[in-house]
Amino acid sequence: MAGTAVRGRLTWQTATVSRITRETASAVTLRLEVPDWPGHRAGQHVDIRLTADDGYQAERAYSIASAPGEPLTITVERLDDGEVSPYLTEEAQPGDQLEVRGPIGGYFVWEAETGGPLLLAAGGSGVVPLRAILRERSRAGSSVPVRLLYSSRSWDDVIYSSELGFPAEGVEVIHTLTRSQPPVWHGYARRVDRQMLAEVAWPAADRPLAYVCGPTNFVESVAAGLVGLSYPAERVKTERFGATGQ
Amino acid sequence: MDDATLDGNAIGGLLASVFGTDMTMAVSTCGSCGAVSVVAELAVYRPGLGTVVRCRSCESVLMVFVALHGTTCTDLMGMASLS
Repeated sequence: MAGTAVRGRLTWQTATVSRITRETASAVTLRLEVPDWPGHRAGQHVDIRLTADDGYQAERAYSIASAPGEPLTITVERLDDGEVSPYLTEEAQPGDQLEVRGPIGGYFVWEAETGGPLLLAAGGSGVVPLRAILRERSRAGSSVPVRLLYSSRSWDDVIYSSELGFPAEGVEVIHTLTRSQPPVWHGYARRVDRQMLAEVAWPAADRPLAYVCGPTNFVESVAAGLVGLSYPAERVKTERFGATGQ
Repeated sequence: MDDATLDGNAIGGLLASVFGTDMTMAVSTCGSCGAVSVVAELAVYRPGLGTVVRCRSCESVLMVFVALHGTTCTDLMGMASLS
């Protein structure tokens, strides 16, 4: 197929943290400098490996938050019982080094020639690769219509809230806040369900492509809901983050 | 399948290091029930000592990866084919 096919590095490389941006109380964006970074596609991820003083190693996958051509950044959400995220979100400092492998993935990726309309469904930190897709859409000058349905516990948990507050032409962002809402809130206030999908998702007749990312329960529920709305299964791409306590 | 189940995306790096190329778009055929799936959509479990990949249709084990002393041991006996 035409389009970039960036070959990932299969070996571990050393990355240096060059900038840290706090997104929410629990989420942090880290910019990583990797010598000879080959570039990446929107939707791909990297594996990060930390080695403790006693030699113990822990490895986790994190979605790339930046578009192709932008510096490599990842957004990490702190999990209370995490082995890697507490370090990355609370202790990492610019200048720290970590091992990175990637970019990884050829399934949950999008570039302008993939087309649309796009239905992006994010549960919590599942928004990260979808934000990379939105940035790539702008960078490539694509005009495919996009709806991002973004489920968060509360407004304080919304990552990239300012950026998503000013979406590009042709992009609609629909939030749902499942646990608590600001005093004056006219949006959805519950977990994504069939009714909400029926109201938000592009009709199947438009031949949309769906990308669904977030906790496993969220992904399973939304993917099933879209298939129930006659989306062909092969046009619903899924990326499960496991159980994140949401 | 429970809420901690991952999918083939999560082990893209492991698969690339074992097979030498991205495998998330590879097509797998279950040796037990014949179900066909892209690897990215298979059910993945990481109980700590290794990685188990199961068929979503019949839950049979398709692939097992265990890392021992820097070497990854791979068992693909549950797959009928992987292309």
